[in-house]
Amino acid sequence: MLKDQDRIFTNLFGFESFGLQAARARGDWDNTAAIIAKGRDGIIEEMKQSGMRGRGGAGFPTGLKWSFMPKASEKPCYLVVNADEGEPGTCKDRDILRHDPHKLLEGCLVAGFAMGAHAAYIYIRGEFYDESSSVQKAIDEAYDAGLLGKNAANSGWDFDVYLHRGAGAYLCGEETALIESLEGKKGQPRNKPPFPAMAGLYACPTTVNNVETIAAAPTILRRGGAWFAGFGRPKNQGTKLFCISGHVNNPCNVEEEMGIPLKELIERHAGGVRGGWDNLLAVIPGGSSCPMIPREVCDTVLMDFDALREVRSGLGTAAVIVMDKSTDLVKAIARLAKFYMHESCGQCTPCREGTGWMWRVMERMARGNAKIEEIDMLLDVTKEIEGHTICAHGDASTWPIQGLFRHFRPMVEQRLRDYSALTKAA
Amino acid sequence: MSATTHQQVLEADFQPASFEFTPDNRARADRILAKYPADRRRSGMLPLLDLAQRQHGGWLPRAAMDHVADYIGVPRVKAYEVATFYTMYNLKPVGTHLVQVCTSLPCQLRGADAIGDACQKKLGIGYGETTADGKFTLLEVECAGACVNAPMIAVGDDYYEDLTPESTEKLLSELAAGGKPTAGSQTGRRTSMSSAGATTLKAQAQKAGVTYIGEE
Repeated sequence: MLKDQDRIFTNLFGFESFGLQAARARGDWDNTAAIIAKGRDGIIEEMKQSGMRGRGGAGFPTGLKWSFMPKASEKPCYLVVNADEGEPGTCKDRDILRHDPHKLLEGCLVAGFAMGAHAAYIYIRGEFYDESSSVQKAIDEAYDAGLLGKNAANSGWDFDVYLHRGAGAYLCGEETALIESLEGKKGQPRNKPPFPAMAGLYACPTTVNNVETIAAAPTILRRGGAWFAGFGRPKNQGTKLFCISGHVNNPCNVEEEMGIPLKELIERHAGGVRGGWDNLLAVIPGGSSCPMIPREVCDTVLMDFDALREVRSGLGTAAVIVMDKSTDLVKAIARLAKFYMHESCGQCTPCREGTGWMWRVMERMARGNAKIEEIDMLLDVTKEIEGHTICAHGDASTWPIQGLFRHFRPMVEQRLRDYSALTKAA
Repeated sequence: MSATTHQQVLEADFQPASFEFTPDNRARADRILAKYPADRRRSGMLPLLDLAQRQHGGWLPRAAMDHVADYIGVPRVKAYEVATFYTMYNLKPVGTHLVQVCTSLPCQLRGADAIGDACQKKLGIGYGETTADGKFTLLEVECAGACVNAPMIAVGDDYYEDLTPESTEKLLSELAAGGKPTAGSQTGRRTSMSSAGATTLKAQAQKAGVTYIGEE
C-alpha cells in the first residue's frame, strides 16, 4: 500500500481547512519561485521523467503535452483547467476543488509558466457551486498574498487565474467543446487539427489539462520526477485518485499507487464487495465509457492504463463502478446508453441519431423484447458510430454496449429467448 | 403548460415583457466580464445568463436572454443558442426549490429509483412538474459527480448525499416547512471518506478526531 508520506492529496477528505494558512502548513506554495527557477525546459523535462499521464481519462503524457506549446508566440498562450467532472462514477476532482484548491492554483502557476502562459482559466461544471466558492476564495487569498498576479510568488512571472463556471453539459469535458463553452458558445467540439496547442482558446495556443494532473504537478516538481516514477509500473507511474462506487460496503475516494490490484483496492479501502467477493458480477473500472470486465478478470487485473487495455477496457478516470450479482447488467447498460443520448451535443449524425437508437434497442433488450439477430445488428451499429464522429463521445457511447456483449452475450440471448417463449405461450 | 418546443417556450404567455439587471448585478456582470480579454466579452455569456436566472427567481425568460446579449454586445440569437443548449438554464418558471434527482448508473445501483419515487410521492408530482403551491419543481438529472456518496439529490445549489427514501422525505418536509437542512451526507459521514473510517492519512485523521481503520 502507498505510504501516507507519499500521498499528494493530504487533505482529500477535508480534515483541515482548504484555506491558504492550512495549505501552506501542508507544504503548498513552499518556495514556488525555486520551481520556476528550473526554467521552462527544466520543468517539462522533470514532468517527462515523472511519467505522469493525464488524469482526465485519455492518459496522454503530460510533459510531452506541455512541450507542444510554442516556444515563442506572438499571441498570448493559455492554460485551461478542465474541472467539468461528470463521467458517471467520477467524483475525484471535486475533492481537490473543495479541499485542496491551493494545490491546483500553485499547479496552474508552474504549469502555466512551463507553457509560456500568463493566464489560466479553471472551467468548473456549473453544478459544483460550493466547490466553485472554495476555489474562488482560494484565488482571492492567493492574490492577496502575492502568489498570483504580477510577479506571482516572487517568481518573476506574471500570472492570473480566473474561475469560469459551466452550465450543465457533460460534453464540455471534451477539450475543444470546453474551449467553445469558455468562449460563450454551445459546447460542441471542434475539428482537429488545428490542435489547441496551435489554436485553442481565442485561436491562441492553449493546453487543456485535468484538475488532478495540474494539482499534482507542484509536488512532483518538488520531490522530483524520479520519486513519482517510483510508483507503479513503467509507463503507468505515480499515485492516482480512485473513486469506488456502486455495490461495495463503503464507497469512497482514495489516493493509491497506480497499478494496485483491483481486488486489493476494493477490499482494502471500500470494505469489499457487498455480500463478499464471490457476489461480484462485473466492474466498470474507469468511468462509464470503459467497457465492463467480468469477475474472473477482476480477480487479478491491475489498475493501470496498460493492464486494463490488455483486458479490452481502460483506466479512464479510475472511477470504479462495482456491480454485484443482484445487478441487471442489461438495464445498467441501457441506463448508460440513455446518459450518452442525453449528453450528445447533436453535432455529428452518427452520434446524435445513433445514441438514441442504441438506447431504444437496449431498453427493449432489457425487457427481453428483441430478436437474437438484433444483437449483431446493434453491434454493427456501434461500429458505424465508433470512429465516425468529431469527438470521442460517439466512441464512448458504444464501448459499454460492446463490453456487455463481449462478456455476457449468452445471458442476454437467454433473456430474449425466455421473453419470446413467454409471449408465444400467451 | 403546453409549450414544448423552444420556440413555443420563448413565445409563451408566462414570458415577462422586460428584464434588466439590478444595479448590483450590473456591477457583478462587469466584474465577470473583466475576467476575459476586452474584445472577448462573449465569454461572459454563460455566467451572465446564470446571473440573470438567479435574479429572476431561478428561471431564464426570453427578455433576460435579450438583455444579456445586448449587454455583451452580440446578436440575441447567440444567447438563445446557449440558453437552450445547457441544462442548467430553466426556460420555464420553476418552484422555490429545484429538486434534481440523479439517476445515472452509480446512483441507480445505490437505489436512486427509490429516491425518485419517494420525491414524486412526497411532492405529488412527476419529473418536470411543479407543485401547485409553487414550492417545488422536480427534475431527473444526469450524473452530478458525487458518485461515491450515491444516491443523491441536488436542491438548488446544494447536494444532499447518502440518501434513503426516509431521509429524502424528511429533507423535503424540512424544506416545505421553510427550513434549511444541512447539505452534504445525510448519514453524517465525512465527505467522500469510507463510512467505516479513514483507511489512509492516519496522522491527519487522528488529528481531526476521525476513526482510523487502515494499516498500522
